[in-house]
Amino acid sequence: MAKDAPPRWDRRMQQRLARGEAAALGELYDRFASLVHSLAHRVLDDEDAADRVTREVFAHVWENPEAYEPKQGSMRSWIASLAHSQAVQRLRKQGAAALAEGGEGSAEDLERKVREASAAARADYIVTSMPAPLRAALELAYFQRRDYRQTAADLGVTEDEARRRLRLGLQLLSSANDRKNGGSPWRQGYGRAT
Amino acid sequence: MNPDPFGPGEGRPGDDERSGASSQARIPSPRESVEDSGLPLPEPEAPPPPVLEHDVLKSLLGAWALAACAPEEAEAVELHLGTCGPCADEALRLRDAVGLLQPEESLDLDPGLRSRVLAGCLDKRPPRIPVPDWAVAYDAETARLDALLQDIGDGEWHAPVRLKWYDGESDRPVNRRTTVAGVIAHLLTVDGLVAVALGLEDPLGELAPEEPTPRARTETYWKASHFPPTRTVRMPWREQSHALVRTVSFAGGGSGQLSVPYGAFSLPLRDSLVDRAFECWVHAGDIADAVDYPYQPPAPRHLNRMIDLAARMLPSALAERRREGRAAPPKSLVRAGSPGRSLRLEVEGSGGGEWLIALDSPGAVGSADHEVAHVALDGVEFCRLAAGHVLPQEAAAGQDGDREAIRDVLSAAASLSRM
Repeated sequence: MAKDAPPRWDRRMQQRLARGEAAALGELYDRFASLVHSLAHRVLDDEDAADRVTREVFAHVWENPEAYEPKQGSMRSWIASLAHSQAVQRLRKQGAAALAEGGEGSAEDLERKVREASAAARADYIVTSMPAPLRAALELAYFQRRDYRQTAADLGVTEDEARRRLRLGLQLLSSANDRKNGGSPWRQGYGRAT
Repeated sequence: MNPDPFGPGEGRPGDDERSGASSQARIPSPRESVEDSGLPLPEPEAPPPPVLEHDVLKSLLGAWALAACAPEEAEAVELHLGTCGPCADEALRLRDAVGLLQPEESLDLDPGLRSRVLAGCLDKRPPRIPVPDWAVAYDAETARLDALLQDIGDGEWHAPVRLKWYDGESDRPVNRRTTVAGVIAHLLTVDGLVAVALGLEDPLGELAPEEPTPRARTETYWKASHFPPTRTVRMPWREQSHALVRTVSFAGGGSGQLSVPYGAFSLPLRDSLVDRAFECWVHAGDIADAVDYPYQPPAPRHLNRMIDLAARMLPSALAERRREGRAAPPKSLVRAGSPGRSLRLEVEGSGGGEWLIALDSPGAVGSADHEVAHVALDGVEFCRLAAGHVLPQEAAAGQDGDREAIRDVLSAAASLSRM
């Protein structure tokens, strides 16, 4: 689906935002709002909270366009990482406030919840960013319950290739569970799935 | 690869047969069948898992984690995992990754969120190059339609749509059949009139007809290809709408006076973009109906601009109908710039308001002191009338005063519509 934009688009967008062009902000929203909102929603599972994160992320980009480093990755991945960290921060803050008010569960429970929500959102991003052939293979094998031979037939590829795609797709996805990355997919090249 | 994976002397059945042919002793006599012995039957033995090589087993790990391989392959993989550390580690990682696969959440973004997010941003850091206020409705409506297009499936691009408008010359509703993609092509070609006026590329290129009417341009575009338009028309339409907003922003608010020719008439750019926003909403509604999606009216302040534009165009539309003998002659002569007989148009609902429509001449000024009639209707109903989607005599409007004036104004509103 959404492919990484060519770097030229990213640099140009950065210049236009820096120049204070309101039309550029509108185009930025049109391109990335659903990405930002769905990541935030995956973490927070709440429509209003996801709306607020969307507002915060676009405000941050509009006020700090120079913070984007094209050398480190695509603008898409930068914005995804902002959305992700804002949402995770909000989830942790909400949970801590609930605990302080005598809510159920322990601090460890909260950490686990944050970790799981964080990984789920990273996984979503990885799936939407991975090459379409890998995504199509996972879609068939997992959601449509086709075995790899049927998957190969559906995709018109060899069985070897179907096995390769399923394995590679899951390898990419498994990086969402890497805790050592500390939830900052930006630094580990979150935007370049391959 | 070794052509003989078992190697020599490993007790292959063939060897036994050949060597054993000469020696009876090597062939044991058959045992008594268990079925005949009265003992309980043993469980039938499963066929041994196929012996697969490490590379093959490794390549199966993804399919295995997804439970997408044959049972005997799964068994072979599991046997292998007991003896191969690297594969066991990977298998565990991939199994965990499967747990992360979730169906895509298809949440429709609240269409109002865009303007709230943008307003919040622009509040924090005022833009150096703002979008002129008369172009904001166009920016918002094209974004709303694009979000709808994002959600519809490939097949729905070919869903039939009837473009409807009111033909002022025959006082009859007319329609033209096309598809969802055909409607976007229509918007692309008519928005192209604004693009040309701004010095941007004409989406019709060399095909552009002599007469730049919306209808001629649309028909030319539709006829230019043997095949009906497909979803590929979305990109050029969206790029052009973004380019228009970008260009008028750089041109600045003063560019609003620039004239945009529509063939039979012209509009200043600032009105033209409100008109294009209106058309975008109306046709988005046509598309939404065709694919059975909900679609809301524009934000109140944008709706207000659209109604205001129609209200301002009414005196000229009325004068034109009068010239063609399809409206009552003026009751009095009014000097340009002077107050004259007026109809009070009261539009209810958010985005509504009151407009005084000069009845006898486009040059006259609407005046409350000279009010002869009063029409009240809902904002969306008024827009449906002005879009030719509802007939003047069928519009749900509260009416009071001069019947003839009311009929003429409602018909003039419907005659504003076009393909």
